[in-house]
Amino acid sequence: MLKQTEGSHAVAEAVALCRPQVICAYPITPQTHIVEGLGEMVKAGELVNCEYINVESEFAAMSVAIGASAAGARTYTATSSQGLLFMAEAVYNAAGLGLPIVMTIGNRAIGAPINIWNDHSDSMSMRDAGWIQLYAETNQEALDLHIQAFRLAEELVCPVMVCMDGFILTHAYERVDMPTQRQVDAFLPPYVPRQVLDPSDPVSIGALVGPEAFTEVRYLSHHKQLRALGLIPELAAEFKKTFGRESGGLIRTYRSEDAETIVVALGSLNGTVQEVVDAMRESGSRIGSVSICSFRPFPLAVLREALRSAKRVVVLEKCLAVGLGGIVSDGVRKSLSGIQLNGYTVIAGLGGRAITRASLTRLFEDAERDELEQVTFLDLNADVVSHELERESRTRRTGPTAEAILRRIGTVASQIG
Amino acid sequence: MFQIRIHGRGGQGVVSGAEMLSVAAFLEGRYAQAFPSFGSERMGAPVMAFCRIDDKEIRLREPVLDPDALIVQDQTLLHQVDLFSGLPARGYILINSTQSFDELGLGGFVRGVQQYRLSTLPATELALKHVGRAVPNAALLGGFAATTGVIGLASVLAAIREKFPAAIAEKNVAAAREAFDIATHAREAIDA
Amino acid sequence: MDTQIKFYQTGTFTVGNRLLTEEQRTVQADMHRTNSLNSGHRACQGCGEALGARYAIDAAMRATGNQLIAVNATGCLEVFSTPYPETSWQIPWIHSLFGNAAAVATGVAAAQRVLGRTDVRVIAQGGDGGTTDIGFGCLSGMFERNDDVLYICYDNEAYMNTGVQRSSATPPTARTATTPAVGTAPGNVFGTGKNVPLIAMAHRIPYVATASVANLRDLEQKVTHAMEIHGARYIHIFVPCPLGWGSAPEDTILIARLAIECGLFPLFEAHDGKVTSRTPIRRQVPVTEYLNKQKRFAHLFGKTPDTARIDQMQRMADQNIADFGLLQ
Repeated sequence: MLKQTEGSHAVAEAVALCRPQVICAYPITPQTHIVEGLGEMVKAGELVNCEYINVESEFAAMSVAIGASAAGARTYTATSSQGLLFMAEAVYNAAGLGLPIVMTIGNRAIGAPINIWNDHSDSMSMRDAGWIQLYAETNQEALDLHIQAFRLAEELVCPVMVCMDGFILTHAYERVDMPTQRQVDAFLPPYVPRQVLDPSDPVSIGALVGPEAFTEVRYLSHHKQLRALGLIPELAAEFKKTFGRESGGLIRTYRSEDAETIVVALGSLNGTVQEVVDAMRESGSRIGSVSICSFRPFPLAVLREALRSAKRVVVLEKCLAVGLGGIVSDGVRKSLSGIQLNGYTVIAGLGGRAITRASLTRLFEDAERDELEQVTFLDLNADVVSHELERESRTRRTGPTAEAILRRIGTVASQIG
Repeated sequence: MFQIRIHGRGGQGVVSGAEMLSVAAFLEGRYAQAFPSFGSERMGAPVMAFCRIDDKEIRLREPVLDPDALIVQDQTLLHQVDLFSGLPARGYILINSTQSFDELGLGGFVRGVQQYRLSTLPATELALKHVGRAVPNAALLGGFAATTGVIGLASVLAAIREKFPAAIAEKNVAAAREAFDIATHAREAIDA
Repeated sequence: MDTQIKFYQTGTFTVGNRLLTEEQRTVQADMHRTNSLNSGHRACQGCGEALGARYAIDAAMRATGNQLIAVNATGCLEVFSTPYPETSWQIPWIHSLFGNAAAVATGVAAAQRVLGRTDVRVIAQGGDGGTTDIGFGCLSGMFERNDDVLYICYDNEAYMNTGVQRSSATPPTARTATTPAVGTAPGNVFGTGKNVPLIAMAHRIPYVATASVANLRDLEQKVTHAMEIHGARYIHIFVPCPLGWGSAPEDTILIARLAIECGLFPLFEAHDGKVTSRTPIRRQVPVTEYLNKQKRFAHLFGKTPDTARIDQMQRMADQNIADFGLLQ
């Protein structure tokens, strides 16, 4: 059924349709509306057979999820940014124990400096924890991916993170097509555990594993993600059959078949990128884009196929490997192993900075002329940076950096965008 | 695509206003996108919300930098925030105020521009009259519908009814209706 | 509680009670006890925790008709009971992390409710490190929500598995690797430390109790009683650690009894935040009798005993006796 609703509410409704049995909730901007929405549904009796637990921290949230999942319940939670870091130990634990928990990440920057706006640094910080990571381009895809996520998680017994841009998607009102309960039930059968805490058949879960077996256990989790490379497109295809639309999959290409310049990005940014691609195509540029949906497992093979004939690739990243440059770029470069083409990393949108058509157009035009640095920070205020560096070279007691920069930039509230 | 930017302060329903606008467009079978831009979440801080309306799927995610219409819910922002940034000369401006453009100190800015695209509306007064609370968003949407013709009054009222519980919804509906009438008369007066 | 026949438990032998009716016998006396923590684990000789865990879990198994799931924090118990690829546990058991046993147990309990398994009960267990320190946040959260979990803390008063480091359960003057017996005030200092049973009571959860491996019957009764209650429950069990305390392995139960009899470890029960019963001290002993059996307190004794600090320990014990009315 078509609805005009807030992204987080759409996700809450979709999760509810998946018949979760245990939901743990801890508030953090910008995902809070999701768990609030689910809490209301449980309290109002709309979401039945579901235990909703208000936990005391994100660490507790993931821990409660671990217990519930290990005991055979379909389990869900959501977090962002600092919250994801706070539960980091448990995030690795869930993957290591092989528990099919589904978690929404309302992507938000990680401090310090504290920042509530969108970028991908949070989910990127957990990229090697063993979770499957899927990125949504739109609110429709965000809600669809949750349905696919439970199915994927339970088939592989591997936890899945569905990432959606904080504020940009979570707080955006958009049209979505909400599936029916019957459609979701047809796609997502009840959870049948591979391992479960059950007095009638006792097992010990979480034993110490020494050097003699640890590598094999790790290898098997890697193998699981490699299997996911096949299962993800299969599920997306099945999803299309049941629900009638494309959602998910490993990557999605846009006008890239004959493109000389291909832009790679994750999440909602792809919408703006496609607008710019269309405009530049009008002016004769041979430009296209690729949206990566499955970041873990990283789709090396399909990405290689999509990029191999281009002259250059521009990877737009909403994250930063401090001291190195790009994170997504690493994966892209790896997929192009042996293929010669120019690769550019562009760090954009950190801490929620708006990524505009105008800036992207200038950027892509520079790329077309191969006049880009290896690593570029989009819309970096060079004046502010050089002023700060100069100040630091003059004095030892410079005070907190962020405050100094903010003072120079002036009141933010009076500016647009 | 038609782009609207709404300015106000926290607590004035700026974000809900944008959301209702998007719902109104949806009810007319169109695509709409509404999203906020906030700073720290506190009452009184300047807040912006954006709405895009189109007849095909909206992919763009940047803030509305070149709005076709501006709604200003709080006139005290006029000389504090760069409100008119990106607004083309033929753009719509709807300001919540009992004062005229000259009285607001905007006379110089608006001279030379097609007058009928500019209007003020005593939305707070209408809200106080009908709802009893100084939240001008519903009234401004009624005024917006009349001024721009981009959205129909019926859709605005339906969106208001979706947003609020029944009793409060009807009060907001009344405010929106009166605003619509006021704005329609103002337009007619200018055209006449 | 047993009012008809008084038992004087001397040493470790007297667990079988042929003079008693079946219902009054201990679980451990039963040939058909579940042995939930089976033999073959890798605990040290004389480990109080292994003993306490077996006592407690077997009692819980009997009380629940063997419908029990255990959640274990990282620590000695977890490590020695599950040396890969073996496990000593004959019940469903999960180990997640060091600090989250209470939260994981909350999740397991929630799953039982939603799966309609109203008969299956959940125990979370950990050492003092995983309970009073790193697990404290999750513990308090579980208490506050009144989740249907019995949390058992096996308190050997330090982080033993990592080499005897101080925890907030370490008593004053005790030597640990991070409170070494050097300087003017050797060992742990006075004025620090956390009393988790009292904190649990402050949460007003349905049931809090302290117990000891020196009083098997009392421990079993407390666990059994706890399993009759639904909601958050906490039992704090005193378990000597021969390795960490520098005591003889065969003295584990004796030392646990001396801790009770000198007043340093009061045995009591509380319901809904109020003390409802205590086990009186049968034969009071001075703290020195307890302290001088453990090398971790050795620096208090010797040629020039640290009488000031020993006296301070005695005053602590006396305060407990007064507070809990242990000599009535």
